[in-house]
Amino acid sequence: MANELKVPTMAELFAAGQKPEVLFWVGCAGSFDDRAKKITKAFVQLLNRANVSFAVLGTEESCTGDPAKRSGNEFLFQMQAVTNIEVMNAYGINKIVTACPHCFNTIKNEYPGLGGHYEVVHHTQFLKTLFDDKRITLEGGQFKGKRITYHDPCYLGRANNVYEAPRELIRKLDAELIEMKSCKEKGLCCGAGGAQMFKEPEKGDKDINIERTEQAMETKPEIIAAGCPFCNTMMTDGVKNKEKEGAIAVMDIAELIASAGDL
Amino acid sequence: MEYLSNILFVIVLIAGIGFFARNVKRLSRNIKLGKDVDVSDNTSQRWKNMAKIALGQSKMVVRPIAGFLHIIVYVGFIIINVEVIEIILDGILGTHRLFAPLSVVYDVLIGSFEILAILVIVAVTIFWMRRNVIRIKRFMKPEMAGWPKEDGNLILYIELVLMTLFLTMNGADYQLQQMGAAHYIEAGSFPVSQFIAPLFEGMSISSLVLVERTAWWIHIVGILCFLNYLYYSKHLHILLAFPNTYYGKLVPKGQFKNSDAVTAEVKLMMDPSADPFAAPAEDAEEPAKFGASDVTDLSWVQLLNSYTCTECGRCTDECPANQTGKKLSPRKIMMDTRDRLTEVGKNIDANNGKFVDDGKQLLDGYISREELWACTTCNACVEACPVSIDPLSIIMDMRQYLVMEQSAAPTDLNNMMGNIENNGAPWPFNQMDRLNWAKEE
Ligand code: SF4
Ligand code: SF4
Repeated sequence: MANELKVPTMAELFAAGQKPEVLFWVGCAGSFDDRAKKITKAFVQLLNRANVSFAVLGTEESCTGDPAKRSGNEFLFQMQAVTNIEVMNAYGINKIVTACPHCFNTIKNEYPGLGGHYEVVHHTQFLKTLFDDKRITLEGGQFKGKRITYHDPCYLGRANNVYEAPRELIRKLDAELIEMKSCKEKGLCCGAGGAQMFKEPEKGDKDINIERTEQAMETKPEIIAAGCPFCNTMMTDGVKNKEKEGAIAVMDIAELIASAGDL
Repeated sequence: MEYLSNILFVIVLIAGIGFFARNVKRLSRNIKLGKDVDVSDNTSQRWKNMAKIALGQSKMVVRPIAGFLHIIVYVGFIIINVEVIEIILDGILGTHRLFAPLSVVYDVLIGSFEILAILVIVAVTIFWMRRNVIRIKRFMKPEMAGWPKEDGNLILYIELVLMTLFLTMNGADYQLQQMGAAHYIEAGSFPVSQFIAPLFEGMSISSLVLVERTAWWIHIVGILCFLNYLYYSKHLHILLAFPNTYYGKLVPKGQFKNSDAVTAEVKLMMDPSADPFAAPAEDAEEPAKFGASDVTDLSWVQLLNSYTCTECGRCTDECPANQTGKKLSPRKIMMDTRDRLTEVGKNIDANNGKFVDDGKQLLDGYISREELWACTTCNACVEACPVSIDPLSIIMDMRQYLVMEQSAAPTDLNNMMGNIENNGAPWPFNQMDRLNWAKEE
């Protein structure tokens, strides 16, 4: 890593009497999962590079409650939500960016009903505005002409109609974006949502991530791009299951941009 | 005796409509067994959705072949209703082709009915082939065995017969017009049935009148029967698709409702000044049951959804769980909900308006836990449904019941929830380690 990451916390900034432009909500996967941590770091590199004034909650962040809610524990969800909202409101937070579509959906759509009103954007949307404002730029780079297919995370796509920002970023890489047969509104789930990530799947003919990986492989990709740490895990497992990890990389869009920009 | 047929007609009409009204009353009574929800917001958006999705069939054409054929049958149905008005008025008044004075307009009308009728016959035949010859996968799922399959075919047969009768009636009429038969004024144009007319060549006027009258009567009685068949059939969607799309979900698909009952409890727990042992206020409602285990725990919109389901299986076709061989089928969730609701309704009818516990419920009785836990909450089913049904909301309500009332989540999920409670993360990591990534190489 070329530069040390600069990751200010809300508490530090608050003590110094400052308020960042945006709160980066890291999420549980982004904080603890070894693979997802790489995504988190790549995104922070980009934030640093673009000189974005941001902060994280660090140890004050807690699970949004998404997996609790989707598994039916509304009670636990609301306890989590109310606690998180209290912390964020105390810091006067207005704008949140997150690399996890589950956090994105929950904070954006379900927190307002419990007193948490924020402008929430997905990191692909945020990166797109950084490009639009010329705060980051890319020229050519290592992905030129590469075959990339993009897997729509359900909670970003169908659940919130964000289809274009991630695709636009991929196009910025000068790569060849190839759509799977089920994409956008018809995108197939990776199998992790609804708290499925945390349990064994029900009996069936095959696992959902394998089905989705097969759809991705039909496009003969060199890279499967994702915009969700859970999708990333599921697709990575799928590629491993097909013993294609040497030929196909599964990468988050933030990672693609960060490595194209040679950070 | 002159007015015998008019009187007979009026009796048949009143019986048909009366029976239908009785069923509509039952239907709305059953739907109202659901919990109240406030759907009075955003009326303009709701009207727009209804116009676009139900009237404009916008979601049907996502699958172009079925969508196109469906539009033919749908337009045929709407337009032919104009003809039905004429038939009814003729029946009551004893007139024949009452609208004939519209002259050219009338010619165009009758002509277009005929063309639509033949198109409907073609469409219905293709639909039948898809179900019975090509055997399209989504019509072959386990929940489609038995009545749902027969129902689907029956509708197609009835439509076929009604259209054939319509054309036969016109064909005979055309022939009578040519022969200058009394009462059969020359009116209308018959681009399709003029080709049937030669079949009647050489028949006497009286036998032709018999053919025409028979076709006319069976046609209108058939329509009345079909109207009453709706209540027992998935064909109910031709009526309910309209209110159902009106009341469809408006917020982002990923937004699941926050339970107010839970919010109240959470507030109480989080408020240090609240006395947990305080006696409940006098007017406090009885403690709410969390989630849903039976149809009466669902909202009336969800129950309306269940009656609107056309069993097309587009939801199931897109469901990742179903695609990978799991038991879950969102269509089955809707059909089960409707079947249970019908059962509850019958129970109420049989017991003088009161539901008598029958020891059954939607959960386990109809929908198994295995189905409920297989859902990834991906919203593919919601996106796919051409009439704005939300099977996912029922799945979620039932999961809430399992978890909050029965503590019956799969062990793995219980561990996950325990972790969130204790560590603020679904995995057993310490909250204090949340920022470690920033220091790691
Ligand atoms: S939300 Fe659930 S039931 Fe609906 S398609 Fe997705 S996995 Fe299937
Ligand atoms: S819920 Fe909708 S998509 Fe599914 S079978 Fe019923 S009508 Fe079709």
